[in-house]
Amino acid sequence: MNTGSQLIKNNFRVEKLPHIWCPGCGHGILMRAVTEAIENLNLDKKKVCIVSGIGCSSRAPGYMDFNTLHTTHGRALAFATGIKLAKPELKVIVITGDGDCTAIGGNHLIHAARRNIDITTIVFNNNIYGMTGGQYSPTTPKNEFGTTAPFGNIDKAFDVCKLADGAGATYVARGTAYHVKQLIKLVEKGINNKGFSLIDAISICPTYYGRKNKKGLAVDMMNYLKDNAVDVKAVKKFQKEILEDKFVIGEFKNTTEPEYTDEYNKILEKVKHLHK
Amino acid sequence: MNKRQIKLMQGNEACVEGALAAGIKFYAGYPITPSTEIAELCAEKLPQVGGKFIQMEDEIAGIAATIGGSLTGLKSMTATSGPGFSLKQENIGYAALAEIPCVIVNVQRAGPSTGLPTAPSQGDIMQAKWGTHGDHPVIALSPTSVRETYDLTIKAFNFSEKYRTPVILLLDEIIGHMREKVEIPNSDEIEIIDRLKPSVEDADEYMAYKPKKGELVPPMAAFGEGFNFHVTGLMHDDFGFPTNDANISDQLLRRIMKKIDNNVNDITMYEEEFMEDAEFLVLAYGGTYRSARSAVKKARLLGYKVGLFKALTIWPFPEKRIREISNKIKKILVPEMNLGQYVLEVERVVKNESEVHHLGKVNGEAITPEEILSKIREVL
Ligand SMILES: Cc1ncc(C[n+]2csc(CCOP(=O)(O)OP(=O)(O)O)c2C)c(N)n1
Ligand code: SF4
Repeated sequence: MNTGSQLIKNNFRVEKLPHIWCPGCGHGILMRAVTEAIENLNLDKKKVCIVSGIGCSSRAPGYMDFNTLHTTHGRALAFATGIKLAKPELKVIVITGDGDCTAIGGNHLIHAARRNIDITTIVFNNNIYGMTGGQYSPTTPKNEFGTTAPFGNIDKAFDVCKLADGAGATYVARGTAYHVKQLIKLVEKGINNKGFSLIDAISICPTYYGRKNKKGLAVDMMNYLKDNAVDVKAVKKFQKEILEDKFVIGEFKNTTEPEYTDEYNKILEKVKHLHK
Repeated sequence: MNKRQIKLMQGNEACVEGALAAGIKFYAGYPITPSTEIAELCAEKLPQVGGKFIQMEDEIAGIAATIGGSLTGLKSMTATSGPGFSLKQENIGYAALAEIPCVIVNVQRAGPSTGLPTAPSQGDIMQAKWGTHGDHPVIALSPTSVRETYDLTIKAFNFSEKYRTPVILLLDEIIGHMREKVEIPNSDEIEIIDRLKPSVEDADEYMAYKPKKGELVPPMAAFGEGFNFHVTGLMHDDFGFPTNDANISDQLLRRIMKKIDNNVNDITMYEEEFMEDAEFLVLAYGGTYRSARSAVKKARLLGYKVGLFKALTIWPFPEKRIREISNKIKKILVPEMNLGQYVLEVERVVKNESEVHHLGKVNGEAITPEEILSKIREVL
């Protein structure tokens, strides 16, 4: 097992720390969990590629000592698809925000899932646009507030997991910044899945989401995650009414289907005789 | 020496053949008329050379995946037209600042908006230079024949690799869909340039954005080779890490501009004809050049002392040469399939040395030799 400092020394660009995130932000916990999953799997660091879009969450790869790419807003999965297809031996991991992944990047998300390309996507989901100062996102719950929803949000929120499942992802799970041990396992299983994996990692943004919606301090928001998450395995035990205000965590889908780069390799085999 | 292969082909096909000769191994794009044949041919031919093709969900994803492909070390290209070129702009700027070599083909069609999807145009000349936000380096090339499309596609890859920058290849519907006989050069007759790479021993000290002393282009490692470097579209330091530092940002932007500005002689390609005694000049590029040449030849027979300038490199503008020419030329005519784009650059450069005239057409039809000839008669 690794002590904390060893994990950091082995996997982070220590000279780039401290990070830019606000005190109490959940993103740092999630970043560490992703790194710990990579470490636990003993992946070859030279072959790990971490891609992100734009947002507070998308700043994570800059601190992580792998092949790292910080792209344009929403496009992480499109860049990652190019990398994975061009060099399938790389383990490609995408770190993205709820806005980055499901608003501007929603099209890329559903198509990466549909292709079942071997990319593991971890959505740092804080239910708000943090980087731009607290506007509502596609995962902001109905009736909550953002700087662009001063009278309450009338949009219905996405369930990121159902979205990914419906689009064809073969591994789908949800974890939180509070349930770190579980999250690490979910990320590990996502990386091990040969296909498109999505882990909806619930984060906290005390600075904007918390303040706009009177959720208290970071500690209160963490307690909220602790008290309101129901494990998918325990769901059956509860009555519907009790579950209404809760959210479900755990593994939702773990299946095997043909993977995109494998399928492309078959084409390469098929036309081999035509090689000049 | 091997006998050269002779083939009848379309401009779009010559683009793919040129790309293959240059060593393309990755293509990502989204179909759009009149560029679609480029995607179709790449889908067919790339796997046959061990390369990869993917049809993405839109043009933004097309260029994003192309940049991703290039980051793994493969020569990469995407192709599009009009509306798709608009969608690609943000990531063209990304490739310019992050210094990722790639080729973007735009087979121009009449716009704005959906416009006339099957009609030729030269309406994206200024967009090629200014389409993405912020100051940024631009190389754009525009062939006037099928054979030149082959050659300039190779050049586009070479420049992108040599200068670590995106290169735009501007075809127009005329050139893209025209069929001509092409004598394909043998591989030993073609110059191929590959990006400069750092040596693996230097992995620990590698700085992805620090050129060697006295140089402007930093060696580029590929993902997965052990260099574990960072790439961002934010202003960054020599290691590639984001910075807000005013000096570092200023130096970075100036360096990537200098990659082009200090090498205009290498990048600028043009041809001149009938210049010895010329008092007048027709300056043309792309599909319109063909009509311009025919018009100039007819004008010569009628006794007009007209010269002809063919711009193959659109950006950087052949500034030095045009300024020289303007010293002895009284009038310059610029015919182009737009309402006045490249002509602005000519005016800027010649100042008041020569009188500059424009012949523009935007109805989706090509400019004819007769139209150019009658304009020559009118203004000269
Ligand atoms: C094309 C484009 N549009 C808008 C922006 C501005 N922008 C930057 S980050 C962001 C939202 C980020 O939210 P999210 O992805 O949820 O990440 P968070 O900051 O909350 O971690 C927006 C709208 C941008 N950078 N680029
Ligand atoms: S604004 Fe919110 S998401 Fe961004 S760093 Fe601060 S707490 Fe985190």
